[in-house]
Amino acid sequence: MTFRVVADTGVCQGHQLCQGEAPDVFGFDDTTDVVTLLDEHPDESLRKDVTTAVKYCPAFALSIEEED
Amino acid sequence: MSLDAIRSVSVVLDDQDPSVPDIIKGTGHLPEMRVDPISLFHRVREECGDLGRFRLADKDVVLVTGAEANEAFFRAPESVLDQAAAYPFMTPIFGKGVVFDASPEERQQMLKNQALRGDMMRGHAQTIEAEIRRMVADWGDEGEIDLLDFFAELTIYTTSSCLIGKPFRDQLDGSFAEIYHRLEHGTDAIAYVDPYADIENFRIRDEAREELVAKVQAIISARIEKGEIPKEERDLLDVLIAVGYDAEMVTGIFISMMFAGHHTSSGTASWAMIEMLRNPDVMADVVAELDALYAPDESGESPEVSFQALREIPVLEAALKETLRLHPPLIILMRLVQEDFELLGHTLPAGTVIASSPRVSNRIEDDFPKADAFDPGRYVDPRQEDLQNRWTWIPFGAGKHRCVGNAFAMMQMKAIFSVILRDFSFEPVQELDSYRDDFTKMVIQLAQPAKVRYRRRKAVVEEDAQQPSRDAVTS
Repeated sequence: MTFRVVADTGVCQGHQLCQGEAPDVFGFDDTTDVVTLLDEHPDESLRKDVTTAVKYCPAFALSIEEED
Repeated sequence: MSLDAIRSVSVVLDDQDPSVPDIIKGTGHLPEMRVDPISLFHRVREECGDLGRFRLADKDVVLVTGAEANEAFFRAPESVLDQAAAYPFMTPIFGKGVVFDASPEERQQMLKNQALRGDMMRGHAQTIEAEIRRMVADWGDEGEIDLLDFFAELTIYTTSSCLIGKPFRDQLDGSFAEIYHRLEHGTDAIAYVDPYADIENFRIRDEAREELVAKVQAIISARIEKGEIPKEERDLLDVLIAVGYDAEMVTGIFISMMFAGHHTSSGTASWAMIEMLRNPDVMADVVAELDALYAPDESGESPEVSFQALREIPVLEAALKETLRLHPPLIILMRLVQEDFELLGHTLPAGTVIASSPRVSNRIEDDFPKADAFDPGRYVDPRQEDLQNRWTWIPFGAGKHRCVGNAFAMMQMKAIFSVILRDFSFEPVQELDSYRDDFTKMVIQLAQPAKVRYRRRKAVVEEDAQQPSRDAVTS
């Protein structure tokens, strides 16, 4: 079971809190001021950090999709 | 192009009824929205579905609910759905020349540079903790407070201190909150006909604004008299003085900065308290969580509130989210359609007002089973009814315009309850169903009286010993 991280840049407000939670997964584009994905399929060991980032994103811009 | 294909909601208050003030006779649903907006908005969904229509004077308002319509509403760019033009009742409060709200681009820029930036939060958390402790410092072993008075004053201090600066906050007292409250109370829906109409509500509003300008003028004059202020002691007011703004403009800027964070946070704190009093099992769970979280370790050290408020406090957070779902501080969000807007097979012509209602969407039964019940369990894995319903769980709105201060607001709530529930227990002093909101203004506030009794808690050790019996009573 793996998971995919999805970022909705049409909704992202550029708070950058996700970078604090999972710096290897989330980056930031300084020209457009929105989140970038550094790793769309992070290792299972990062699931907890990514889940926290999704839960606390102030713009509700992030989600996790389960994959087989 | 017309709106005829979209159903109109029924009329329950005749706009010629003798109870309707002359100035809004013949304005369609405006008289009802002015006295009972909740019933009106819920009825739109019940009678018309995801898209329904009502009339405010010369404007057709299309109220959308449900995930699909809400998503289209919240995703539309500012050039298509304009926020500023839809809130005529705000202009006289901020003053002419002060913008209602920055564009999403400006907001993003503000986030990067300004007070709501993530890395500023630790400092804000410390400020807020200090302000709460200052408010309860003169509490005795027991006493009564009115929730509106208490939280409205507290949130004036926290928002002014965090957003403007501590030197400015230190020059405020309870009178500032009282005047500010009168200003918020001046948001009568009659503004949809004429925001400057000669009515008592607006006279009170305008007098309150003048009083605030006078207070700010006095603070400015004192600063100018003091002369050069060392760089490290400067706050936003000093910057605005240096730029050359007068008291009128500075007051407008401060009112607009504080507005979004004030009545919203004040109301949410009040309702969280009320819901926990109505649901003693939830209160007991939250208190137990906080007691465990702040319990001293072997060396006698407890985590600081300002540290913990920025971290997970799951049980309290769930109670706060559920409070926000049932009692969203803003019950309707409006936009003015700037260019023809396609929505669910309809075309809304420019000039139409389009609206989304957090109050109605947050209680859609399909998305939130037993929608009227207070159930913090909704936010626990795997239910996560907020994340699962990002376009209908909308106490903060959604999309690019989603409340930019929501992380700040949640941190503030966590800090407030961390302090007051650790040191005090609370009980209602009026019937539990007598706590209610006053919906007769566009800015909704708790109706008074809204009194609760506090009691200083005995040593935590002793409380823990009583825990089993309390659980037995509530379960």
